[in-house]
Amino acid sequence: MSLRAILSRLAGIVITIFVIATINFVLVRAAPGDPAAVIAGQSGATDEKFLQQVRAEYGLDKPYLVQLGAYLGKVATLDLGYSYRLRRPVKDLIGERLGPTLLLTLSAFTLSLLGGVVFGTLAGIRHGKWSDLAISLVALVLYATPVFWLGLMLVLLFSIQLEWLPAFGYVDMRAGRLGTMAYALDVLKHLCLPAVTLGAIYMAVYARLMRSSLIEVAAEDYIKTARAKGLKEGAVVRGHMLRNASLPVITFAGLQVGAMIGGAVVVETVFSWPGLGRLTFDAVTSRDYPVLLGLFLVMSILVICVNLLTDLIHRLVDPRLAVR
Amino acid sequence: MNDSLRTFLRHPAGTVGLAILAVVCVAAALAPILYPGSPWDMVGAPLRGPGTLGSFLGTDTMGRDIASGVMHGARVSLMIGIASTLAALLVGVTLGAIAGFAGETIDLLIVRFIEIFQTIPNFVLAILLVAILTPSIWTIILAIGLVSWPPLARLTRIQVKSIAAREFVQAARCQGQGSLSILLRHVIPNAISPIIVTGSMTVASAILIEAALSFMGLGDPNYMSWGYMIGAGRTVIRQAWWASVFPGLAILLTAVAINLIGEALNDALNPKISRS
Repeated sequence: MSLRAILSRLAGIVITIFVIATINFVLVRAAPGDPAAVIAGQSGATDEKFLQQVRAEYGLDKPYLVQLGAYLGKVATLDLGYSYRLRRPVKDLIGERLGPTLLLTLSAFTLSLLGGVVFGTLAGIRHGKWSDLAISLVALVLYATPVFWLGLMLVLLFSIQLEWLPAFGYVDMRAGRLGTMAYALDVLKHLCLPAVTLGAIYMAVYARLMRSSLIEVAAEDYIKTARAKGLKEGAVVRGHMLRNASLPVITFAGLQVGAMIGGAVVVETVFSWPGLGRLTFDAVTSRDYPVLLGLFLVMSILVICVNLLTDLIHRLVDPRLAVR
Repeated sequence: MNDSLRTFLRHPAGTVGLAILAVVCVAAALAPILYPGSPWDMVGAPLRGPGTLGSFLGTDTMGRDIASGVMHGARVSLMIGIASTLAALLVGVTLGAIAGFAGETIDLLIVRFIEIFQTIPNFVLAILLVAILTPSIWTIILAIGLVSWPPLARLTRIQVKSIAAREFVQAARCQGQGSLSILLRHVIPNAISPIIVTGSMTVASAILIEAALSFMGLGDPNYMSWGYMIGAGRTVIRQAWWASVFPGLAILLTAVAINLIGEALNDALNPKISRS
């Protein structure tokens, strides 16, 4: 990447964060009622002293542009506001919930990408056969399944009927006393259902994409050449088709991370997973707006980071891009 | 068009999709006749299993009839799905057409704008919008519309760009027709079919977003919806699986049906794309 490309990329990121913060700002002003009450949240709005403090801090009696400047300044210094209900800065609340969400989203992402590529490849190389039909049908149904409902159905089957896996939570209360290994294993046990729930939906999307991409690649001339020079079918698939066919899937997966973080919100709600999603649900239920506004900002920044990362991975997989 | 219709009807996916969707529409239409009372009313003992007299899908924690809720919920889901897709189409097609047809600077600006909106986690934005603007049918439609337009805008832009470069458009320019009239009379009608396909699929994703919003407690409190029912049934899933299974199946079937129709439409309207 040239210096210019890096700089323009950075500028793009700054502008994106600026726009997202501006959306927050506009929303607070568009809400019915007093903007100070929105910034304070439902529980803060009952305390007139706190409202006064909010008005002074955000300059709510000043012109809009000054208010916007004040808000952006706060965002730039990572001041995301204060939750009156929980009596803590929003930044801290989000900070301690970040880990579980990253764990969940990354596991689901890996699972969905691996599964999607494997099942998509299976369907693609057996194009038109029954295994292709079966995989495509499952993908079609999963793609239309509400993710929170899928989670509940998995709980019904694996926790209530079979009693194999815990239905909710992050870790068992007792696991802390058993040492690091037991603790990690217990978290893993709790992670299974939420990660599979969130991953399955996206696995369906990637499998469909991988399948059609593979069928497209299989028709290319260089595949015929590879076969003509006597390569075995496995070597053709592994050496020539997979890498090329998976490129659009990786690009698309990177674009889907935003949607996946949105999915994590409902999945965490279903499984009481103590991450940003669960925090979102609690903030929605108690109308804790400062937390919601901060979450929106932080989750958007997370997506931007992941997009950067996929871009880098893309460059590793496709050497043609690294040259540019 | 007759050819397209024939291709559509010959497509098994299309017919299956249409059949399922027809059932959902009939359920929505018959809801006030079969269940004239409010779906919020108590009809019997709470948590009664399915198959019992008077409530064939069972009752929930408050003794409300699941079957009545599922049928009334169909009205809300379909209405919000279609209305928010229309809103998304309005924004997406307008912005996409301007980007594809206007000069480079405007195009670049709109593309950047689309990119920013595609970065934002759209469900989180929808939650924020509905929560702050207070939940109602209208804020839900607005929120889903606002988060669903970017793919439509991208698609419209590419379509408009490719059609605008064709000879018949240049011919129209030579005849001295104005830009707006060329865009509306020649470009958009020829660019519209893939947009219709994607638009139809958007209805399905809008229904899924609506369900997720009402599951989170952000539904319109005046209307029974599938997502709300699942959210309410979640706490009693150990005792009453039916309270969350049936509304979920309703969402699943509706979304599958719409996606099947979308695929069949794709084959019928974009024969070249689907065959390649």
